[in-house]
Amino acid sequence: MGESPLKDIRIADFSWSVVGPSITTFFSYYGAEVVKVESIHTPEVTRRSAPFKDNLVGIDRSLVFPTLNTNKYSICLNLKHPGGREIALKLAKWADIIVQSATDNTLEKLRLNYEDFKTVKKSIIVLNTTSQGQIGPNSNHPGYGDAAVAMAGFPEVTGWPDREPSLPPGAYTDSVTPWFGALAIMAALEFRNRTGKGQHIDLSQLEAGAHMLAPAFLVYSANHVVPMRNGNRSASGAPHGVYRCLGDNRWCAIAVTSEDEWKAFCRALGEPRWTKDPKFVTQYSRKKNEDELDDLVESWTASVTPEEALQKLQAAGVASGIVKNIRDLHNDAQLNHRGHFQKVKHPEVGEYTVELPPARFSQSAVEVRQPAPRLGEHTEYVCCSLLGISAEEFVRLHSEGIFE
Amino acid sequence: MGALSHIRVLDLSDEKGQMCGKYLAQLGAEVIKIEPPRGDAARQKGPYLRDQPGPEKSLTWLGYNANKKSITLNIENPLGQQLLKRLVQKTDLVIESFIPGYLAGLGLDYDSLRPINPRLVLTSITPFGQTGPYAQYKASDLTITAMSGFMFTCGEADRPPVRISIEQAYTAAGVQAATASLLALYSCSQINEGQHVDVAIRECLPTGGFEIFFWDSEGYIGERLGARRRRANVYLRDLWPCKDGYIGWRLMTGALGAPTLYTLIEWMDSEGLAGELKGVQWEKIDMTQVTQEQMERWESIIIPFLKQYTKAEIYKVALEKSMMMAPSYNARELLDYQQLIERGFWVPVNYEHLNATITHPGAFCKMSESPPVSPQKAPLIGENNLEILIDELGLSGPDLVSLREQGII
Repeated sequence: MGESPLKDIRIADFSWSVVGPSITTFFSYYGAEVVKVESIHTPEVTRRSAPFKDNLVGIDRSLVFPTLNTNKYSICLNLKHPGGREIALKLAKWADIIVQSATDNTLEKLRLNYEDFKTVKKSIIVLNTTSQGQIGPNSNHPGYGDAAVAMAGFPEVTGWPDREPSLPPGAYTDSVTPWFGALAIMAALEFRNRTGKGQHIDLSQLEAGAHMLAPAFLVYSANHVVPMRNGNRSASGAPHGVYRCLGDNRWCAIAVTSEDEWKAFCRALGEPRWTKDPKFVTQYSRKKNEDELDDLVESWTASVTPEEALQKLQAAGVASGIVKNIRDLHNDAQLNHRGHFQKVKHPEVGEYTVELPPARFSQSAVEVRQPAPRLGEHTEYVCCSLLGISAEEFVRLHSEGIFE
Repeated sequence: MGALSHIRVLDLSDEKGQMCGKYLAQLGAEVIKIEPPRGDAARQKGPYLRDQPGPEKSLTWLGYNANKKSITLNIENPLGQQLLKRLVQKTDLVIESFIPGYLAGLGLDYDSLRPINPRLVLTSITPFGQTGPYAQYKASDLTITAMSGFMFTCGEADRPPVRISIEQAYTAAGVQAATASLLALYSCSQINEGQHVDVAIRECLPTGGFEIFFWDSEGYIGERLGARRRRANVYLRDLWPCKDGYIGWRLMTGALGAPTLYTLIEWMDSEGLAGELKGVQWEKIDMTQVTQEQMERWESIIIPFLKQYTKAEIYKVALEKSMMMAPSYNARELLDYQQLIERGFWVPVNYEHLNATITHPGAFCKMSESPPVSPQKAPLIGENNLEILIDELGLSGPDLVSLREQGII
């Protein structure tokens, strides 16, 4: 493993909750130095989220916060205090990138938007991510993850056609938006490298979500058909679904989308008689009799474990998988091979798990350097060592309540 | 002009990797899709324009190949390989999504291409990664999603786990592979050396909800809860039925949730429908003390009220009074949503040869100095053969005819 590609990049992170912090953590894995700006008066919401270590509520005891903020420094800053704002601008001068997650109203009140930062650092890159973006009639409407999930259109296309919609796991736009945010920042860095110019990035969580459903909009626009939820089925073929296996809540996924795969599927099952039934011999007939087909497939899967099903189906060349839960993933040979889960030791929380990003590089290293910070753990370090504030000055500012 | 206007990308990928190049193209890169002479296999994926199958009419293909150029090249043929290598000399990034080992068999893997262009970044996008016990598994969106952990907690308790019906895995991988590629290019600007980037599609999907914390802390494995979420000891709705569909809203107490509740209950009370919800001091209620029975009683008062109103009616009040509620839209409704229209998010793209105008999602973000490129129509098979092969590589017209006859382009 070689160097960390972003070892010279500095990020001042004014964001909170999930989206912004996920973006800056991503960059920290590739060597970027990240200062997280927090406040004692309105602590980061994920510091206040269950579960807590040993069920004891405490500002440094949430297990949610560490996974989203590994590798960062934490500084407490009262941005409403003029002296706090001064320090924020010093951070902007120090940084290459600033990440925020606040509506325009808030940033204007604090006088900490892109224009303000630009006055102290011309080449600064500022990304702000909000529920519906920074401009537009509804940009100041308060939002949170699941509202953006609903608006983007995920529930309507998730679940069973004969039931009410299901929600995708987590607050899915909170997972999706950081991917797009990281991409935008990398593009902006590339642009700055070439031109010396910084810029402002306005990232709407609703729009990022809509990008994940792009085909739905093309389909409606072209064919005037509204795509709806259809369980696990696919227009490309059958059987195509998730089937019950031996064991409690254990399932396998099977996707047959061509005649060759169907033949392979029949081989894997040992060519039972029903596979020769005219009802199932063509793609068209299988789609037409899909309910009956699914029952027959399940009569086989129910007699084997998902591991046995996978082994037989993969040996025959059929796209197939096990529906893995979080425990299965921790025991997954491939994820372990790639070092996907990493353990980090935290002074209050103890050992916790982080997941590394999905790419492996032949030259660039991924770094898990230090656990997520305790609230304000690095206030003095950041001020005195990174921003060059003298010890006397720090004490004076401290007594004014700026670091709260 | 987009941020990446100086970057050239060769996109050898199929449906698994096509979104990577699409997003780079949207950021201004020149992305040349290299298709087999009969066209990319992903062109055969429905749904199609007017439900008429055809390689130029796959709507997913059009969506995920906007802004790219296309040339055809049979890379299994030695002459095709030679042409590809000449292109690689002038390329910053190659994207591929073949089964691990396939390119090595053709002498086109990273180690073979590096001597030709030491600054080259090659990004491989495969279901489980280049090496390891699952590297050769056959996979699809459904099976990758199953293996990722993203499905186990999706759906309803009495039915199998479900995926999102609009495929997610390859889009998730495309965005993240694009970022990883730019990281490698950034690294190249520092160390003057390219590298191989190995993206596992499965790892691009979230492993689930927030179970990783609950697994760490209490060994809890997530459940399938449909339109509900677990919070402390209750399963509460995040989607509420209304007159014409559903509203996204999390019933929260405390300082964060109380304002929305007071506004809603005031509205209900104006119609005499607030019942026992009236007079409750919501900011003082600790969610961890609420029982399932109590929650369901609240629901039984709120749902009949919401069912009198449409999504639009409820959202109008939510916007006016800052209630944290949002409509659950379908594709048609989001295309009509004023916020997105005013932000210029939707872009109609004219496909003259198909006699159709199709609306694409525009830029995924706004960038003040290097605005992303607006969506432009996806290319026909080999649409840019002349431009790239003749103008750039200096082949002659007769060369091209001969290549076509040999099935190379």
